[in-house]
Amino acid sequence: MNNKKDTIWKKIPNSVWLLISFSAAMLLWIFAAVNWPLTFATPAQVLAALMEKLNNGTLWGHVGASLGRVLTGFGLAFVVSIPVAFLMAWYDPFRHVVEPWIQFIRNIPPLAYVFLIVAALGVGTASKVTVIFIASFLVMVITIYQGVKGVDVTLIKAARVLGAKQKDIFFKVTIPASTPFILVAARLGLSTSLTTLMASEIVGGDKGIGMMIQRASGYYQMDVVLLGIIILGVIGICFEKIVKFLERRYTGWQETIQQ
Amino acid sequence: MAGDNSAVKVRIDNVVKMFNTRNGEMVALNGVSMDIHTNEFVCVVGPSGCGKSTLLNIIGGLATPTSGKVYVDDKEVDGPGPERGIVFQQYALFPWLTVEKNVQFGLKLQGKSQAECEEITHKYLKMVDLEQFAKAYPKELSGGMKQRVAIARAYAVNPEVLLMDEPFGALDAQTRTQLQTELLETWEKEKKTCFFITHDVEEAIILAQRVVIMCARPGRVKDIVDIDIPYPRNQETKMLPRFLELKNHIWGQVYQEYLAVRK
Repeated sequence: MNNKKDTIWKKIPNSVWLLISFSAAMLLWIFAAVNWPLTFATPAQVLAALMEKLNNGTLWGHVGASLGRVLTGFGLAFVVSIPVAFLMAWYDPFRHVVEPWIQFIRNIPPLAYVFLIVAALGVGTASKVTVIFIASFLVMVITIYQGVKGVDVTLIKAARVLGAKQKDIFFKVTIPASTPFILVAARLGLSTSLTTLMASEIVGGDKGIGMMIQRASGYYQMDVVLLGIIILGVIGICFEKIVKFLERRYTGWQETIQQ
Repeated sequence: MAGDNSAVKVRIDNVVKMFNTRNGEMVALNGVSMDIHTNEFVCVVGPSGCGKSTLLNIIGGLATPTSGKVYVDDKEVDGPGPERGIVFQQYALFPWLTVEKNVQFGLKLQGKSQAECEEITHKYLKMVDLEQFAKAYPKELSGGMKQRVAIARAYAVNPEVLLMDEPFGALDAQTRTQLQTELLETWEKEKKTCFFITHDVEEAIILAQRVVIMCARPGRVKDIVDIDIPYPRNQETKMLPRFLELKNHIWGQVYQEYLAVRK
């Protein structure tokens, strides 16, 4: 009986499932908009807000500013976290000094130290990028460190026996063996960057999705607030898709549990 | 009574290895000495904890003895070298490389040209009967196939000494016998000095010219038994009365050691 049910569900293609899921979300949204009209704008109102912001050209300014900050902060953090993680894995003294700091700061919500950084760097782009950098760096460095630490010792031995020197082991064993962890780190880092973006934009500035949401909520333009939230969600999904693509491309060799 | 050539290839001279553990110093190897002759096939059997893997790692240059020395061709072992290949129990294939790229790994490090690499890879993949899997990734292979790739990879760099650390230990009985036969054929075609560790007494007798029995706590050589059964050997060799005689003799000694370890 159960098996029969399974086969019926499996006949439905993924695209149809997506459509069903989307329709259910829209129904919920309309239900909320009808029952709590002051809080939830209708899909039509949000679409109108989108068109208006597209026509007067302000939306791209906000999206561009936010994406620029996220990608700069994340990109810098990614580039720095890889060598730091390798140093931690290879040099115990370095790890003993650095790891406690990382663990300590990692658990502090970025919103708490954002003010400190604004006081130091002003409300401009530098402070926003710095906050994103710190938060995503801390997440990524720990993940990559664990990956490097977990590289199978037998593979390193096998490489040495085949004539690999330190440099060869680094480029031909450690790096490829840690690629899955580096990509997991990238995924975590990107989502952290997006979360931290909100914290960084909430303290001020004139452009950015966070700024747009905050200003709109001040005027009680709930359609714009909802529009901003949805845009952030869309950006998040795009990031996810890009990382998934890279994972398929570069880590397809991994043994996975077959369904 | 050793290999066809009685020159000493590997000389193990009074090797002692100690490990620092939480319970103080542990003696893994307590003065192990033996000579392995050129192109000889030597198997080592013994209970777990007798230090047989440690000894293999020391010969391979992956571990250093606390005292004593290992010489290959009268040269003291100091780190791994291309003249000593190792086949590990866990296959140790690079999962991100295809089968042919795995076999080429050592060749590329030696700076061989692409054409040379491909020629050698082709030869050894043919030897282990895996040519049609050249482009496959390790995850697509069975355990037995993975170990064949590992053997091809070890052969490809043309080592003089082949060190094998329970290479068939993780395989099912059927695959194991198959790989034993294949290894024998390979060794007879292309002679190498083989140092093969196993816990399977039958496997040791079918493969080796000499079987070294080690005992545990601390690890040392208990006895060395000449296997006077002529090659070529195959699975039918296991029916010979002489085989059974040797098996009983060796198994008896190993069993004593198992009992000693359990006490």
